[in-house]
Amino acid sequence: MTASTASPGTADRPATATRVPGTYQDLLPLMSRMTGDEKHGPAATSTLDVLWVLYDRVLRVSPERPDDPERDRFLLSKGHGPMAYYAVLAAKGFVPLEWLSGFGGYDSPLGHHPDRTLVPGVEIGSGSLGHGLGLGVGTALGLRAQGLTGPAVWVLVGDAELDEGSNHEAVRYAAAAALDRLHVVVVDNASATYRRPGGLASLFAAEGWSATTVDGRDHSALHDAFTAPHPGRPQAVIARVEPKN
Amino acid sequence: MDTMRDRFATVTTELLDDDPRLALVLAVISAERFTGAARAHPDRVIDVGIREQLVIGVAGGLALTGLRPIAHTFAPFLIERAFEQVKLDLGHQDAGAVLVSSGASYDIAAGGRTHQAPGDVALLDTLGDWIIHVPGHPDEAEALLRHAAADGDRRVYVRLSEQTNTAPLPTQPGRFQRVRDGRAGVVLAVGPMLDAVLEATSGRDVTVLYASTIRPFDAATIHQAVARATTPALILVEPYLTGTSASPASEALADLPHRLLPLGTRPSELRHYGTWHDHVTAHGLDPAGLRERIDAFLGM
Repeated sequence: MTASTASPGTADRPATATRVPGTYQDLLPLMSRMTGDEKHGPAATSTLDVLWVLYDRVLRVSPERPDDPERDRFLLSKGHGPMAYYAVLAAKGFVPLEWLSGFGGYDSPLGHHPDRTLVPGVEIGSGSLGHGLGLGVGTALGLRAQGLTGPAVWVLVGDAELDEGSNHEAVRYAAAAALDRLHVVVVDNASATYRRPGGLASLFAAEGWSATTVDGRDHSALHDAFTAPHPGRPQAVIARVEPKN
Repeated sequence: MDTMRDRFATVTTELLDDDPRLALVLAVISAERFTGAARAHPDRVIDVGIREQLVIGVAGGLALTGLRPIAHTFAPFLIERAFEQVKLDLGHQDAGAVLVSSGASYDIAAGGRTHQAPGDVALLDTLGDWIIHVPGHPDEAEALLRHAAADGDRRVYVRLSEQTNTAPLPTQPGRFQRVRDGRAGVVLAVGPMLDAVLEATSGRDVTVLYASTIRPFDAATIHQAVARATTPALILVEPYLTGTSASPASEALADLPHRLLPLGTRPSELRHYGTWHDHVTAHGLDPAGLRERIDAFLGM
């Protein structure tokens, strides 16, 4: 972990009524509005730093123009543990803060798995594992077919999620189709039942992707990996965080 | 006469030329029929290889960018193998698409169970919001494909078959057509079943209705026809799983004392090869088999 990394466990600045909470330090208090807990285990925050770096420094998205054809697309494939996602969306102005406390309630737009038709800025509904990458491949193809070469497509998957065979249909095809606007970030908290020998980057590399592995809590390293050029090939970033168990 | 599948290739190739919003997604099956279209539109004719989950996932993604995807392969691979993708990557995303299958219930009879999908329409029915076309003739297939391609962002299934009726009827999505008038009962023939139904009921005093679009189910026409019959009885003749439309038919007739006979393919696996003609007979959907059961039901 480097000096640029703020540990989520040390966040202590409370959200106030006088200011829209929009910094990294606000994320855990925003998550607390959903969970009612002051502290969050590593599983709940495994995606937090990846999401923050993407939304804060990489993705070209705006709550004012959620349907802009030129926007980047971020697809949360795994859908599980979405509090970190909702917190980031709230911090960036996509989701009203008052929605957070209703998390999971009958009338709440914020469910335990996100629904794209209910939440501004959410590109796909997810929760069943192994759907985001196929949708991401289709999104990249659709943008390319319309001459929209600017937008990047980002898909966040979990390491255990990669056990779903549907991902492997998408991984090989994406390389064969040279979808160089497609990016996958694998949040690897070592939760797969069977670990892949040689690590996950080698899986993507063997299929013809550009692939790199970084510390998933290191904002600077994440940013470098997210913005590294990968001409002619899709890009996979394996973001390693604390093991789930 | 070309087949429905032949017509699908010629019509879709033309539609791809005319409408920049359309895209075709394939998994090898029928790709040889689209080599020209793929040359003309390399970004909108997409063969993902033998990857049926990806066919539907890609269709969903294309739709999310504003395109109208047409996805095609054999019915069991299109609907059954990737059913969760159909449910989530299209339905749950509120993404529109046209799914076009070939093979129907048992066109590929010699291929055995692996290549047959008599439960496809029933399966889509569990999702509730699909428009389902079951053309009975290549001309109807063409009209319904054109309709589906231009049908906004709706989710549409077009079920192509080698089984056809001799002559096409005008297509009217949402409306069942009255083909023959009678008083002793009502028979609804779906898609390729019409010729057999007309032969089975020749000389019988029954009304024959025809549907080349089975969802939405035209409850009003069914209700009107059964209410007018001296014997309030309805017989459904569907070229797929028996009883697939029994539920909407019962709902349509909820306020009428009536009897209902659903006919279609039997649910148990038929472990025989041969031709689709053999399977039609084995399921009792040939004119003789239909006549026997319709006569018995109506007491003729």
